[in-house]
Amino acid sequence: MLENVIIGGNSPIHSLNPKIRILFSFFLSIAATLCDNLIVALGYLLISLSLIGFTRLPIKVLLRRLKPLFWCLLTIWVFVPLTFKGNIIFQYGLFSASYQGILLSCKITFKSLALLLMFISLIATMPIASLGAGLHQLKVPDKLVFLLLMTYRYIAVIQGEYMRLLRAAKFRGFKPGTNLHSYKIYAFLSGMLFVRASFRAKRVYQAMCCRGFKQKFHTLDIYPPSKLNYVFSFLMILVILGLVIIEQIWI
Amino acid sequence: MNNIPTNTQMDRKNSPGCPSIIKLTNISFSYPGSENRVLDCLNLNIRAGDQIGMIAPNGSGKTTLLHTIMGLCKPDKGSIEVLGSPMETQKDFTRIRSEVGLLFQDSDDQLFCPRVLDDVAFGPLNIGFSQQQAIEISLNILEKLGIKELEKSVTHRLSGGQKRLVALASVLSMSPKILLLDEPTTGLDKTVKQKLIHILNHLNITYLVISHEFDFLKAVTNKIYSMDKGRVLTDEYNL
Repeated sequence: MLENVIIGGNSPIHSLNPKIRILFSFFLSIAATLCDNLIVALGYLLISLSLIGFTRLPIKVLLRRLKPLFWCLLTIWVFVPLTFKGNIIFQYGLFSASYQGILLSCKITFKSLALLLMFISLIATMPIASLGAGLHQLKVPDKLVFLLLMTYRYIAVIQGEYMRLLRAAKFRGFKPGTNLHSYKIYAFLSGMLFVRASFRAKRVYQAMCCRGFKQKFHTLDIYPPSKLNYVFSFLMILVILGLVIIEQIWI
Repeated sequence: MNNIPTNTQMDRKNSPGCPSIIKLTNISFSYPGSENRVLDCLNLNIRAGDQIGMIAPNGSGKTTLLHTIMGLCKPDKGSIEVLGSPMETQKDFTRIRSEVGLLFQDSDDQLFCPRVLDDVAFGPLNIGFSQQQAIEISLNILEKLGIKELEKSVTHRLSGGQKRLVALASVLSMSPKILLLDEPTTGLDKTVKQKLIHILNHLNITYLVISHEFDFLKAVTNKIYSMDKGRVLTDEYNL
């Protein structure tokens, strides 16, 4: 359901060509990852926030998507300021927080939020088939694109198969524990999963061949050319170059 | 199962004079590393208009037979003719794949696209139809099978019955001349089974159905064959 809310939007970002969205999410993420300045990182976060604003996604959905990141950031905020060496600005008994540690935590927070929001707004808003088509247009090797599409399609099937195997073991009295027997059973389960996955892969390939598959993947999504693509590309180039130049020259 | 419609069966004609669509002559096949011949000097002739049911015990080689017809299993000896032309190389089989539709036993094997419409349009796009044409063909087929509302659904979240119907749509969208159905009723409830019977009875196409359910075969076919020791058993003498 969550996916449908994100993919099924009707915003300017949703109507952008997938190729352009993939390309700029790639450049933006590289620029944001490599930036080393707190203010510039904040700049990237602002760009991501404005992109998210354009997607008009409900805040509730967004927060639910960001929940794992918040947990991760919480552990960083607990450990990094306390363990990072530098000027101590706060002390309580044995615990002391350093200025540099807090700065680093801020930077990590800004950058990770910026990256995730950027991917939610640009990549997660397109159906997986469009993502495949976009990657294909960007000349990403066919095999990699297939791998992505097939993984998306079959991960649920493989999970279902694993659960079925595990259930069958549990119904016959298997209680997982820290012992050799349990490890052996888990090894059997994962081994069997690989065997089944490889058989399934063969059958899926046969089914594809039966329907005339000739190593080329077609898509049904139509993204009519629009001025919006050019405007978006121009703005993105301007912003990325601007932030990189500001960081390299002035800061 | 008494209320399965069987009346259409009476209207069907046997088709001894019709041209052969698939002709297998003396086909033998054994899996690599196995001495056991799954198909042993098998002969089968499917003519235009035939609606054949195949009922046989597990492991008697029914699925292997279908895979051999499609060129997915290479026979050790014998010859295969599809639509009048001999099938010798993989290229020959690739050429006829839009003419012969195979519905797999497990629909999850067949449906690999993220959305239903993508899956149904996969075949037409592969055989060279434009995007617009492929969408039109797919929507038509979905409507014909009464599942148009599934058009935008995510394939892996469909129920077993829906998956089977979408898989059938994805095969029919290539307008095959003959359908091979591998246990199409497995795991389906009575309602979906009835729907499948209704669809098959209104298809007006040649097909070969493998099933363990005699009532189902009786409702959708005009001949019932069996298999034993790698051969097809029929009540006809003019194979």
